Amino acid sequence: MAGYIVRRLLQAIPVLLGTTFLIYFMVFAMPGDPIVGLFGDKTPPPQVLERIRAQYNLDQPFIVQYFIFLGGIFTGNLGTSFSGQPVSEILAATFPVTLRLAVLAVFFEMVAGITVGLVAGLRKGGIFDASALVVSLILISLPIFVIAFVAQFVFGIQLGWFRTTVGTGAPIQDLILPALVLATISFAQISRLTRASVIDTDGQDFVRTAASKGLSRSRIVPVHILRNSLIPVVTYLAVDFGVLMVGATVTEGIFNVPGVGRTLYQAIIRGEGPTVVSFVTVMVLIYLIINLLVDLLYAVLDPRIRYAK
Amino acid sequence: MPSNTRPDQQHYVAPLEETPLVAIDKVKAEGKPSNLWRDAWNDVRRRPMFWISAALILLVVIVALFPGWFTQTPPNNDCQLSNSNGGPVDGHPLGFTKQGCDIYSRIIHGTSTSLSVGLIVTFLVAVLGVVFGAFAGFYGGWIDSVLSRIGDIFFSIPYILAAVVVMSVLSAYRNVWVISLAIGLFAWPATARVLRAEILRVKNADFVMSATAVGVSRFRILLRHVLPNSLAPVIVITTISLASAIVAEATLSFLGVGLPSSTMSWGNDISAAQFDLRTAPQTLILPSIALSVTVLAFIMMGEVVRDALDPKARARR
Repeated sequence: MAGYIVRRLLQAIPVLLGTTFLIYFMVFAMPGDPIVGLFGDKTPPPQVLERIRAQYNLDQPFIVQYFIFLGGIFTGNLGTSFSGQPVSEILAATFPVTLRLAVLAVFFEMVAGITVGLVAGLRKGGIFDASALVVSLILISLPIFVIAFVAQFVFGIQLGWFRTTVGTGAPIQDLILPALVLATISFAQISRLTRASVIDTDGQDFVRTAASKGLSRSRIVPVHILRNSLIPVVTYLAVDFGVLMVGATVTEGIFNVPGVGRTLYQAIIRGEGPTVVSFVTVMVLIYLIINLLVDLLYAVLDPRIRYAK
Repeated sequence: MPSNTRPDQQHYVAPLEETPLVAIDKVKAEGKPSNLWRDAWNDVRRRPMFWISAALILLVVIVALFPGWFTQTPPNNDCQLSNSNGGPVDGHPLGFTKQGCDIYSRIIHGTSTSLSVGLIVTFLVAVLGVVFGAFAGFYGGWIDSVLSRIGDIFFSIPYILAAVVVMSVLSAYRNVWVISLAIGLFAWPATARVLRAEILRVKNADFVMSATAVGVSRFRILLRHVLPNSLAPVIVITTISLASAIVAEATLSFLGVGLPSSTMSWGNDISAAQFDLRTAPQTLILPSIALSVTVLAFIMMGEVVRDALDPKARARR
């Protein structure tokens, strides 16, 4: 186990260096003047250009610039936003809200996805299975911003069940609608994954053994089938965090949730390049760390992983 | 002694019609041998979902290539502000946008943008994914380590976030090619991983050993024997990546870092309509329907192709 953890941590280092290098490279080695590019359509005065060049150490060779940038990340200096606020401060204020939204969304998609997937898998080829397939295909095809606007229009404006935007302090009842919208993206994937896994597990020998021992179906399904079907669903959680981050950017922007996603959304909309880059870097780092944790957790759950070379 | 045993026989011999030989005899020798692609076609053509998605894709392609067949109204030039957010009138079946442009015409003319981005990204993803996946899987060793780590790096950045960064930096160069490059550059590792896994499986097959034994070069084995037998999962994943690319373009345009507003794009139209959701929901809903139906067509096609090419998926149906 210790060997596996060390190996996995060592593997993470080049990826961590590579991703930060890639983002840095994209921003600072693009054709055209990168600083002017960051201003979008506006033309900045030369004094501002000078100051920003000094701020980003653009007079240094490329590789030195990169290490200064990298050092900044690891010492918690993530740069400042356009309004002059340190990115780390904004993160501290917005992250708890996003975490609450994400936990709520993961809860919704897991409960709904696993239930639908289990029922569809156990009654393969039935009417429920067919309708679940149709619904999941339609949900996969709807871009998140379309789902968000339709939900806002139907449940917020027409039916008036929820407020269309989130109030100050982001109370939990205001987060329900955005969380449901966020949950729809992965609901389809989780239900299909669970269905496939349930069908595969149902055909395994140990399920037949359990049945021939005389166990009732109501004991076989939760204990033998469901538990063994959940391993791929747990692994999907790691991928899901990437989906959630992109989804949260759009959803928080549309529902005005005061989280990390909305900050990034507004920075993108206003064309605040440096803020966008800092936030994307932070999100990628969080994503990498979560992936690492899920991998380690997975190794704890499944001994086959940690002994495999 | 059973009756069908000859006197000189020591053991019981089953009558011919009870042996597997009967089944073998039934296969027509002159018939074409079964193969993966023919089986897949036989499977696919019996499914209504295949024909529905094929018809929709055909329609999308025709609309993208010949928008003039469907509308005579110019999408951009004929806009009258007096028609702002107006309902349907004669000659303008879907009403008007906030700028007073014809919604139907803008949807028709936006089709080619979505389809081009989808096709360019899919081409990029297929080329990069096949090159990286094939070399990593077939040659193994340090080549595999280097290529797989490069793939891991690109895989670790969610591709829409990466495209947001690229497009923010390249704000002066926003067009269909640049946006496709921005998406495709970060979307290929999934394809490479799938192909690598498949090649690892295929390269130990007997026909590869036979080819090696008769002295075929390694590269030729990869190109002529291993790759053609590993492409099925790649085809499945590229069909789905076409749909994801269309969504990615619309998302980037919606965020304002996609195509310039002068380019006809469903994402741009949805983005422009978002603030009138309360008063004129149709300006947002109609381009959304066009977008979703197009994506649905490719998703359904991917689903059908997966079921046909993956025997495990077929068994689950």
